[in-house]
Amino acid sequence: MAGKLVKLLSDLKEPEALAFVEEALGKGVDPTDLLGESQEAMKIVGQRFAEEKYFIPDLVFSGEILKRIVKMLEPHLKAKKGEEAKRLGKVIIGTVEGDIHDIGKDLVVFMLDVSGFEVTDLGIDVPVQKFVDTIKETGSTVVGLSGFLTLAFDSMKETVDAIQKAGLRDKVKIMVGGGQIDEQVRGYTGADAYGKDAMEAVALAKGWIGG
Amino acid sequence: MEKKWEEMSAEERREARFETWLSAEGVEFQSPEAEATYKASITRFKDALLMEKVPDRVPILFVATFMQPDIYGVTPYECMYDTEKLISAHRKFLVDFKPDFYLPPIFGGKGKVFEILDYLQYKWPGHGVSKESVYQTLEGEYMLPEDYEALIEDPTNFWLRTYLPRICGALEPLKDIGAFTDIWELPFISTSMVPFGIPEVQNAFKALLEAGNEAMAWIEEIGPFEMEARGMGFPSCAAGASKAPFDILGDTLRGTRGIMTDMYRRPDMILKAVEKITPIYVKQGVNGANFAGNPIIFMPLHKGADGFMSDEQFKTFYWPSLKAVILGLAAEGCVPWLFCEGSFNTRLEYLTELPKGSCFWIFDRTDMAKAKELLGDTICIGGNVPSGLILTGTAEQVKEYCKNVIDVAGKGGGYIMALGTAMDQGKADTLHAMIDFTKEYGVYKK
Repeated sequence: MAGKLVKLLSDLKEPEALAFVEEALGKGVDPTDLLGESQEAMKIVGQRFAEEKYFIPDLVFSGEILKRIVKMLEPHLKAKKGEEAKRLGKVIIGTVEGDIHDIGKDLVVFMLDVSGFEVTDLGIDVPVQKFVDTIKETGSTVVGLSGFLTLAFDSMKETVDAIQKAGLRDKVKIMVGGGQIDEQVRGYTGADAYGKDAMEAVALAKGWIGG
Repeated sequence: MEKKWEEMSAEERREARFETWLSAEGVEFQSPEAEATYKASITRFKDALLMEKVPDRVPILFVATFMQPDIYGVTPYECMYDTEKLISAHRKFLVDFKPDFYLPPIFGGKGKVFEILDYLQYKWPGHGVSKESVYQTLEGEYMLPEDYEALIEDPTNFWLRTYLPRICGALEPLKDIGAFTDIWELPFISTSMVPFGIPEVQNAFKALLEAGNEAMAWIEEIGPFEMEARGMGFPSCAAGASKAPFDILGDTLRGTRGIMTDMYRRPDMILKAVEKITPIYVKQGVNGANFAGNPIIFMPLHKGADGFMSDEQFKTFYWPSLKAVILGLAAEGCVPWLFCEGSFNTRLEYLTELPKGSCFWIFDRTDMAKAKELLGDTICIGGNVPSGLILTGTAEQVKEYCKNVIDVAGKGGGYIMALGTAMDQGKADTLHAMIDFTKEYGVYKK
């Protein structure tokens, strides 16, 4: 039995995966194990994405299936509260001021989360000061700035500058990505790195934080 | 004797449309030079497109949303609320930058129209985003999974009674009207009129009238400028627009998450829906070309880009209907302008299926060397100056970029200099560098 959910979820077999979870719960399988298997599956999904065997729709759909599985597991997990899974490190993500695009940002949040990071998602159109305040509050060591529009170039630069002014620049690594961002724009913003997709964001965070 | 339209081949129709475009009927040229420039630009583009001869130089043809006004300090809000300011900035741009083509300043539309309709699918300057920001789409499921059947059964009915009421607050009451096909013959006419007596429905129609008045006032300002721009020697770069049928589903109706999950949960519905709407988007393009007397149909592509789906999904869901629209437009003598943001490296092989000279592709992050290698004998390609380089780079960097792309993709013609994306912002020195350098370095030696 062990590993079956890993395979079903990582192969994106939605009806089969959901039926399996329902049956397993009925048989009294430990929901924590099922959650563990789901996390294992998501790692495989991420791996396949990085290897270009999977593409954005596969990431999105795996997230949809995972959401449904977690919803089924939740009532059982509450009854049996285990310790919080150990997290690799803290990352702040947000779409910068003036930009309301969230698809790319959400994928990055999702992949960081399933890769074991504690992610503070600040949402969209995030004011510069909000990033600064959140670094102080959470002690996160990685900040990801997302943006789809070219207007985001300046918002990113302003955010990096504000982090610098607040005396926090040497405490955090900053990554940028989305839309028209490239190495040229990365240089303009003063960020430490540019990632072309969600798995590159994970690789960057792992490189900086470890894990 | 002149051939009838029905008897013409696709190539003859295209030729006829180019002749209409070149004839510049109703245009009062400011000078003989302006007329010569106008005609030379079209001819240059045509030579690059058809790939039968090498043009005099690399044509320049780009698309932008708020870039030109931004260069003159006119905000996106002003563009959408002060048409005079918008036009004045575009006029200055034409005089200062002398691009090959004129880009109609219609992208933002009229802010008031959206206000009257209580338009909900986008935020626009001053309405949900700052006055300095640009319009931005609100991702959402404007068509629900259970709506597929209604869309497939009767797209117009779905649009009128489901989609429009969802995307425009003021049109919400239209969900209560009946299907227009229910209105037949005397005994049933009066009962069919009853919904139009509902006060809320009447308010929806009043909103349409008001929006129509605003739109008419707006186009009455833009229209004369269009003729003025032509008179200055700048042909308009596009007649109308169309879209990949999958993008209509994915961008317009189901949203990114919706369409991506549909590919797993209801693949058959997607296929039926794209098949149903494909002829509609051929017609939209043809109508635009007929109206404007210009063959170019702008088609922004989104969800078929690299990474946005697998090759199998592209082959199944995206390409067949896109190809059908391209071929459908080409059969009517139109020239689809595939505007390909993101990258298309893994899709380039598919483009080799397209007939020579049938369309042109402007790329963003696609490998231009690979595109040239695969399409160099059949399909005109263009691009791909990055917006990031224009906005954050130097004029020297831009020249270097343009030199490289002309060397790689411009060899022997079949290439258009263009920005990779529809730019919201601009920077004068780098944009000048792109245009001026291309005019100089892009000349083909005879």
